[in-house]
Amino acid sequence: MKLESIKDFFVTQYGIIKSNRFGIFGALILIFFGVVAILAPWIAPHDLWESLRDSNGKLAMLRPPSLEFPLGTTAMGRDILSQMIHATRTTFLIGLVSGLISIVIGANIGLFSAYYGGKIDEILMRFTDIVYGMPFLPFLIVLISLFGRNIWFVIIAICCIVWRTSARVVRSQALSIRQRQFIMAARARGCSNLRIIYGHIMPNILPLLLLYTSFNIAWSVLAEAGASFLGFSDPDNLTWGGMLYNLWISGKIRTAWWWFAWPSICIILMVSALVFISRAYEEVANPRLKQR
Amino acid sequence: MILEIENLKTHYQTEQGVVKANDGISLSIDENEVIGLAGESGCGKSTLIRTIIRLVPKSAHVTADKMEFKGQDILSMPEKDFREKILWQGIGLVPQSAMNALNPVYRVGDQCIEAIKAHTDYSKAECEQIVKRLFDAVGLQAGMMKAYPHEFSGGMRQRSMIAMSLVLSPDLVIMDEPTTGLDVLVQERILRNIKEIRKKSESSVSILLITHDISVIAEMSDRIGIMYAGRLMEFAESMELFNEPFHPYTLGLKNAFPSIKALERELISIPGSPPSLLGDLPGCLFAFRCPFVIPECEKERPADLEIKPGHFVHCIRTDHVEEFRKLAGDKKTWQSSTSAI
Repeated sequence: MKLESIKDFFVTQYGIIKSNRFGIFGALILIFFGVVAILAPWIAPHDLWESLRDSNGKLAMLRPPSLEFPLGTTAMGRDILSQMIHATRTTFLIGLVSGLISIVIGANIGLFSAYYGGKIDEILMRFTDIVYGMPFLPFLIVLISLFGRNIWFVIIAICCIVWRTSARVVRSQALSIRQRQFIMAARARGCSNLRIIYGHIMPNILPLLLLYTSFNIAWSVLAEAGASFLGFSDPDNLTWGGMLYNLWISGKIRTAWWWFAWPSICIILMVSALVFISRAYEEVANPRLKQR
Repeated sequence: MILEIENLKTHYQTEQGVVKANDGISLSIDENEVIGLAGESGCGKSTLIRTIIRLVPKSAHVTADKMEFKGQDILSMPEKDFREKILWQGIGLVPQSAMNALNPVYRVGDQCIEAIKAHTDYSKAECEQIVKRLFDAVGLQAGMMKAYPHEFSGGMRQRSMIAMSLVLSPDLVIMDEPTTGLDVLVQERILRNIKEIRKKSESSVSILLITHDISVIAEMSDRIGIMYAGRLMEFAESMELFNEPFHPYTLGLKNAFPSIKALERELISIPGSPPSLLGDLPGCLFAFRCPFVIPECEKERPADLEIKPGHFVHCIRTDHVEEFRKLAGDKKTWQSSTSAI
């Protein structure tokens, strides 16, 4: 039965995304990145940090894309294709993990705040307001300087910031659902508070949650790229933003177009893919969009 | 005795002052009995239900001399015990506007099963069996268990709510306006369903039926209470209440409903509207709309007088009832009282 409902869930999600042409496009891009991320260690032709030499035995520095080096090489003679593949894995992981964690935090804070109201609402929402006041980069800089450059601190920093929007939106929706008659009926049936929150209110805002999940992932990818570009990424785990940072410090940003083109294009594709998927969900959450 | 309530008061604390939504209500429900409560909108019917099943908002202040369900004190019972042992297992509810009482994202059958699962550890097959039997009893096809609420018509939703209220065979089912907003044919079928279920079921089911439709109450109830402004004006066996009403308000209500026997009779409405329940309310709350008012009426709150065994009247002028009954049929009697407002 459980397996069936999980299957049902995915069939429904497929139906939602399929109904929107941009949604299909976004899903395809996302699946492509996902497959690359999973298979990264096996499909990358070279090691991440290996300095390559061409057939003449010369160090292959700053080579533009060619048959030998499909996406070109870096100033240290490293293969950009291999770096891209590995970076996809890290970026995908950071985006997915922090996107998911932040929606879980945001949804819970929003739901509890809306359901209990009163003091709990006041405390949680004022806390959200405080987080709204926190700028991401300075917050990350403080965190990194305290604990060191580590992929998990980047994820934590992103999670700490990104949840705030989803909390507010979830709260406003949950507030209106809470007033509906069937919530009172559920309470009369003897449902506990948690059961009402997770069993009756949450399913009614599921499209909204999925919408904000993809928004949060997109935001996380962008935030990570920004942080990495400023040099706050984990040096052992290369990301697209980290590649741009390496380019920046090598000083070749004006000449080696292939070095910045691929990571930038991938960031653009990933974020727009997620936004396209969000749009497909938004049409479910807000059917009026469909009529346009 | 299933439910026994004595002097129940539900007062809301608001910024303007205390609103006495229920003020001193006493009633009892026997086993296998249908109690009807009728009254105008805003007379505290729904508040009474919500108080019984503890769905009043936190701003409500509830007191009672006695509030017992099958001998258990349900006023001071801890929240958790009440939710797990009394709600739905002891007291079922068919909520007002059952149209919206189903969660739109779940199948109707699953919602009924959830109600069973929340209180028992029956297997899924057993739950389905119970729901199927009850769907059958209320005249819904078993296949409809797989449907979503939006696929149901109003009457079907109402009937599925009745089925849901019965899944744990509670001793008492509270029906809050179960037929409001439905056409007469559907109303009739639902009332018939309820009667049939009561006839068929092995265990006894008492019903607290709440509506402003006197005809529904008259058809269903063994005993009837007439509510007004948060108080019980008259409480009696249903035949007795219709044949020998004592309270002027009951007399007025009777006038306001058409009768098949006397088609040419003009309908007479009671002028004015119920008073605001804010603050201290001395005297009889019906006094300012009552055509038979005397100065004493506005001074002191009338006691619940037991005129005959089991027949309670909330009026001080019951000794003049013969005169009231004669005058109440005349439209002029009621018109004259408007000037008092």
